[in-house]
Order: sequence, then C-alpha cells, then structure tokens
Amino acid sequence: MNSFILPAATLWQRELVRFWRQKSRVLGVVASPLVFWLLMGYGSNDLARFYAGALVLTVMFSAIFSTISIIEDRREGFLLSMMVSPAPRTSMVLGKILGAATLAWIQGLIFLAFAPLAGVHVGLEQVLLAAGAIFLVSFTLTGLGFVIAWKMDSTSGFHAIMNLLLVPMWMVSGSLFPMATAQGVIRAIMWVNPLTYSISMLNGLLGLPNASPGPLTSAAVTVGFGMVLLIISGLIASQKSTKSAA
Amino acid sequence: MIQVQNLTHRYGERVALSNVSFEVKKGEIFGLLGPNGGGKSTLFRILSTMMVPTQGKAILAGHDVVRDAAAVRRHVGVVFQTQSLDKALTVEENLRAQGHLHGLSGAVLRERMEAAMKRLGILDRRKDLVDTLSGGLKRRVEIAKALLHRPQVLLMDEASTGLDPAARRDVSRHVETLRQSEGVTILLTTHILEEADRCDRLVLLHQGNIVAQGTPNELRSSIGGDVVVLASEDPAALAAKIEERFHLKPAVLDDEVRVEIQNGHRFIAEVVEAFPGAVNSVGLHKPTLEDVFVRQTGASIE
Repeated sequence: MNSFILPAATLWQRELVRFWRQKSRVLGVVASPLVFWLLMGYGSNDLARFYAGALVLTVMFSAIFSTISIIEDRREGFLLSMMVSPAPRTSMVLGKILGAATLAWIQGLIFLAFAPLAGVHVGLEQVLLAAGAIFLVSFTLTGLGFVIAWKMDSTSGFHAIMNLLLVPMWMVSGSLFPMATAQGVIRAIMWVNPLTYSISMLNGLLGLPNASPGPLTSAAVTVGFGMVLLIISGLIASQKSTKSAA
Repeated sequence: MIQVQNLTHRYGERVALSNVSFEVKKGEIFGLLGPNGGGKSTLFRILSTMMVPTQGKAILAGHDVVRDAAAVRRHVGVVFQTQSLDKALTVEENLRAQGHLHGLSGAVLRERMEAAMKRLGILDRRKDLVDTLSGGLKRRVEIAKALLHRPQVLLMDEASTGLDPAARRDVSRHVETLRQSEGVTILLTTHILEEADRCDRLVLLHQGNIVAQGTPNELRSSIGGDVVVLASEDPAALAAKIEERFHLKPAVLDDEVRVEIQNGHRFIAEVVEAFPGAVNSVGLHKPTLEDVFVRQTGASIE
C-alpha cells in the first residue's frame, strides 16, 4: 500500500511546490478569463450569463498548462526517472492528475471570489458545494489533458489540439449560449459534450441562469467522465511499447 | 549480472540494433562505445526498461527486462544523459521524491540520502535549487539519486557528455570507488575515448552491430605496431599509391590516410621521400580505440 500512496503523494506535493515557486503562473491563468468575462459581461450587460463559462475556462487553462508539462518533463525531466522506477504507473498517473487538478482548483477558487460581481448571493453551504464542483471539473479537465499529452511528442501538437478540440469544446458547452436556444447539430453536440454538464452544475449551485440539466444529473455526468478519463490515463501510461517512453 | 542475448530492435523499417549479444560480470565497469546513432541509446533504453525490444532477450540482476520490468527497476539505478532532475526543487527534495518512488521513507530514507550526498560530495548543497548548480554538480546529484535504492547495477547514459574534463574525471572517480566499495556493476554508454579507456571491458557498436569487443588493451593490441596518419590534398590517390608501392592497406578518413605499421618512424621517412608534395602533414601514435573503430568500420567515432 505504501508503495502505491507514497509515489502518488510525492508527485502531488511536487506539483504544489513547483506551483508555489512560480506564483506568476496564477496571474497568467486567472487574468485572461477574467478579462474575457468582464469584457463580454459588461458589453452585453449580462455578467451572470458568462460567469460559469469564464470560471471553467480558468480551470481549463490551468489544466492545460499543467499537463502540457508532461511532454517536456518526460523528454528531459523528472518523469524520466519515474518511468524507470518500480512505482506503479497507476499511482504516478493518480499523483500527477491530482496534483495538477489541485492547482486548477485553487485557481478556480480564486475566480469564485469574483462571484458577487455576477450577482451571486448564496450561503456558505452553496459556496462549499460550488468549491466541490469546481474540484470535479478540475479533475476531469486535467484527466482530459493527460490523455491528450501522454502520447504527444511535441508541445506544438498539444497547441493544435487545444485550438481544434478544447477551445471549441468549451464554446459549445453553454459557456456562451445556453443549450435551450441552440440550433440543430450544435444542440446535439452540446448534449454529448461533458463540459456542458460542468457549466450547468456550476450555474445550478450558484443560482445563475442556464442551469439545465439539473445539478444531480450534471454532477453524475462529470464524475463519470472523470472516472473514464482516469482509467484511460492509467491504461495508456501502463502500456509496454517498442517505442521509447522518453 | 547483465546478459544480453540476440537483441534486435527496429523502429519501423529502420534496424537500430541487430542481433547483439554480450555479458557483463558482477563488479565490472562495462562500456558501450560508438558514434551517435550506433545503437547505444537504443540498447540503453531497452536495458533501463523504457521500451521493449522487438526481438531477443536481456536479463539484469536475474530478471528479464520485458517479463519482469518491475523487478529490474528495483535492482537497477539509471543515470540519464538528459537531466532527470526537477530544476525547481532543491537537491534534497529531488532525492526525497526519488526515494518515495522506490517506496523508501522516514529514517531509512533520510539515512540513505545523507549517505548518497556525502559520497558524492554534495552535502553542503543540499538546500540549493538544482537550477543553480553547475553541470558537473548536477551530474553528481543524478548519480546520488540513482543510488538511493542501493542498486546492484548502475546504467549510465553518456554520463560525461557536456562536462568539462575536470568534471568528467570527477564522475569517473566516483564510478570507480562505487565499484570498489559496493561491488556495483556499471554499464555506461559513451563516445568519449578517454572514458572508454577506463572501462574494464568494452563493446564497439556501429550501425547496430557489435564490431569488436574486449578489454581496452586487447582491442588496442589488435592493431600491430604504430598508426601513421598522413594528411593530403588528395587522400584517395595517396592511399592508392601507398597500397601499390608498400603493399599495405591504408584507410581513408576525411582528408587523411591512416596506415597501421610496425616501426612507423621508418615508414614516414620512406613515404615522404617516395611521394614528395603529396603529404601535407604527418602524425605517428600508438593505437587508440579510435583506430580500432576505424579499422573495423572505416568510420570515425566522433
């Protein structure tokens, strides 16, 4: 048991220590979604509508930033020594994802502090629930980043996927317009897009508009998506290959 | 301690290793010498369990690298050419994380870290960020890190590349004491002759094949006498003339003609006399591992 928990814990801790030593990262990750939100929100006189989307974008930026480091880290970094250590790959995956998810979560919480600007007035209980929900979203987005990054040879490939998959996925998640008013194919895409449920979950918990599907369904979908990604991550990282792991 | 049997590896169509076999005995310092692209790195990746070979077998410390990778990882320490240290962490934090990956913790880990840092002479830098260390010191931290779990075998990939000569000697000295005091078996890859010369035994790798193996002395004495190197404007023509006149087999490498011969000093006088103007400069030396490599492959190591 020790040989499973210890590697995971040490990787988790490593993410936090590194983060603490490069505090400027926080600014970079939180600032741009904040600016987007304020521009769109004030411009359309509807800060509430774009709030959850901007929060998810913050978390997504952080998750991408953390998982993109896997690519470099594996070529010339600490991940190399992990690959040749006896620690179970699943424990390494869990440590890395939990660590990166924790960072995304912290940045999501910073964004949560701006909720009153969106007209959110909720009790402590709702805030705690929202904090939990933000962790779930952080975990799934980090898992998604991990699955994409693991097989990549270069960071430029990751940027391409980010622009072609992750950002559009965010755009059709209810962050910009609700599923209820979406047309045809886009509506269907929104229905299968796991991020849609992240947005509706946050809207539901914070008492913001565009809160359908309901919080329970949304939470269930988000948890399920996170689990699937965790399992895929574990599987791809445990594969033996005739191509070099590094 | 290490058995490599008929190892072959292909990257798609390209053959990177072809039917390589050798054995390393306990406590030996064993070198894989060859140019970049010769197959060293491929072999290193297979032995360090980073990838599985397309064919053949490798056993380290009694465990198969494919079937029982986890057991191999417990008994083998790996020093990478590229830094495997986290630059944003201190020396101590890097070592602690590594210990945790091997399931070490608490007092045992503290003791081992202390011992490893002391052995490599980095105890006074323990609180420093790795980013602030020199190349030589970083390499020592790498070695300390690879020793924490007391491996029986240490694999080192180009451990001296990128280091200045003093730091290089320093690494070699640490490797030597390690073998003597702990009986650790060491396998290293290198393209630096000086480093290869310090190995107990060597294999020379070229285009995925072993072209020669033995102790450095055995390998060198496979070349009789001296090596004469003649620089020329037209080395091919000079080589042809030498072959015709002296019945020798010269090798041409870049703008040089190399001749293996007894009593090289006499040959120099004769050859310069025989072909005035054809020779720009002359050199004479006792055979080196480079000469062995040139003889076997017609190519240079560096």
